Amino acid sequence: MNKGLMKKINRRNFAKIIGSAGLASTLGMPSLVFGASKKVVVVGGGFGGATAAKYLRKLDSSIDVTLVEPNPTYYTCPFSNTVLGGIKDMSEIAHGYGAMKNKHGVRVIHAKAKNVNSNSKTVTLDNGRKLDFDRAIVSPGVDLRFDSMEGYSQTATDKMPHSWKAGPQTALLRRQLENMRNGGTVLICPPGNPFRCPPGPYERTSLIAHYLKTHKPKSKIIILDAKEKFSKQSLFMSGWDLHYGDLIEWRAGTAGGKISRVDPQNMQVETEFGMEKGDVINFIPAQHAGKVARDSGLTNKKGWCPVNQVTFESTLQPGIHVIGDASIAGKMPKSGFSANSQGKVAAAAIVSELAGQEPIEPSYANTCYSLITPEHGISVAKVYKISDKKTIVGVKGSGGVSPKNEDPIVRRQEAIYTQGWYDAIVQDMFA
Amino acid sequence: MKKILFSILITSVFLFPNLLSATPDRGALLSMSCAACHGTDGKSPGAMPSLYGKSSKYIESSMLSFLHGKRKGTVMNRIAKGYSEKDIKLIANYFGQLSNK
Repeated sequence: MNKGLMKKINRRNFAKIIGSAGLASTLGMPSLVFGASKKVVVVGGGFGGATAAKYLRKLDSSIDVTLVEPNPTYYTCPFSNTVLGGIKDMSEIAHGYGAMKNKHGVRVIHAKAKNVNSNSKTVTLDNGRKLDFDRAIVSPGVDLRFDSMEGYSQTATDKMPHSWKAGPQTALLRRQLENMRNGGTVLICPPGNPFRCPPGPYERTSLIAHYLKTHKPKSKIIILDAKEKFSKQSLFMSGWDLHYGDLIEWRAGTAGGKISRVDPQNMQVETEFGMEKGDVINFIPAQHAGKVARDSGLTNKKGWCPVNQVTFESTLQPGIHVIGDASIAGKMPKSGFSANSQGKVAAAAIVSELAGQEPIEPSYANTCYSLITPEHGISVAKVYKISDKKTIVGVKGSGGVSPKNEDPIVRRQEAIYTQGWYDAIVQDMFA
Repeated sequence: MKKILFSILITSVFLFPNLLSATPDRGALLSMSCAACHGTDGKSPGAMPSLYGKSSKYIESSMLSFLHGKRKGTVMNRIAKGYSEKDIKLIANYFGQLSNK
């Protein structure tokens, strides 16, 4: 503390400063005592954005944080498959931003961000309002590529729901399954890599099979896959054998799984071996980074966002960090857990940056649970670090999938931990 | 004068803990990964064990047992192998200090 500052802080002022600071912190407002506070705008209130906003305030409560998210209620993609399987209700995957505002002192604006500008350091909202920032975090998730398949369009999703963003599309697919006849065929059509939540289509298959087995046992599910293999494949397939027998059929891309056209009008899709009809068709299209990232010059030719993998700052637009499914994050999968992990690292990097310090060497993690039945859980985990080439790589020897041929008691424990994980991560984001 | 300076410093530390440690350390950063399953600050709302309230010693010895394959887990045995003994000490100290144990 220098002499000049000492002169300014005489006893009376000191009491004033302490008083106002106390009041400010009681109200959960950023402290304005020592100069203007730094502003961070977070775009997108999902697994990446909500986590980043909360942890920014947790790490440094002097930072002024604004979260921009169009929806007042957030439906989680994780556990949306339990809704499809009739195990949980939509209300159980719904979360709000009350604690974000009241407990963490984040300003929440329910609007759509149109553009994030690195030069003017402003976020433009769809209502024309502009928000200034010192640093921005963009966590836009994915958008579906309607141009990626012949016959597919926005209106096609009314007939063939993708349900790859939780909400009305989840409710629609659930309704279609409830209305389907016993003996009907469900087609599930996962895209090629990369896409959001690699084990997602196969957990979905499992939990829909659980519903059908219980309520409509003459029905079947055919997975028409664009790929030759998939996440946790042997665990899923042995689980399917154990619980569902021939209710589930999986076709690899080169074994007639690859689709060349969808026909929503006649509820069929075209494969190499001809047309395949479905009573319910869950077509999951290819994806790219959310619109605001594409409109702000944050994406590469393939539609994903290249970032410095130590800080998640965009390599295309300085001052803007991109996290979650939209980002290119080395070896990390596009998962809610990854987005949570990246949100914390980006928040810490920004706190360091605003304090004029070097970022700390980050550590990342991912653990993905999937349910094969409500009592049969499996997982895949990995710890990640920064390599010498400054990219994210898995720590050798860490993680991997649940063991094969494991005791049913362990599978049940993992099912209990699947719920435990969900309860914890939504608390870590929203509470 | 020195007395006033000292009291300002103490009060500042009390009111603005961020002034002294504005940036998170590696221990905090490592420990943030745990929160996604064990809850923010290790306070689990559900089936996952809480880390908050456990001593540094307990967390360190549990993690080392998982790391060296002496304790069977469902997933922690796989996750612990992602951390060095030094990392584990930092994580254990972080959670121990949170709850003064």
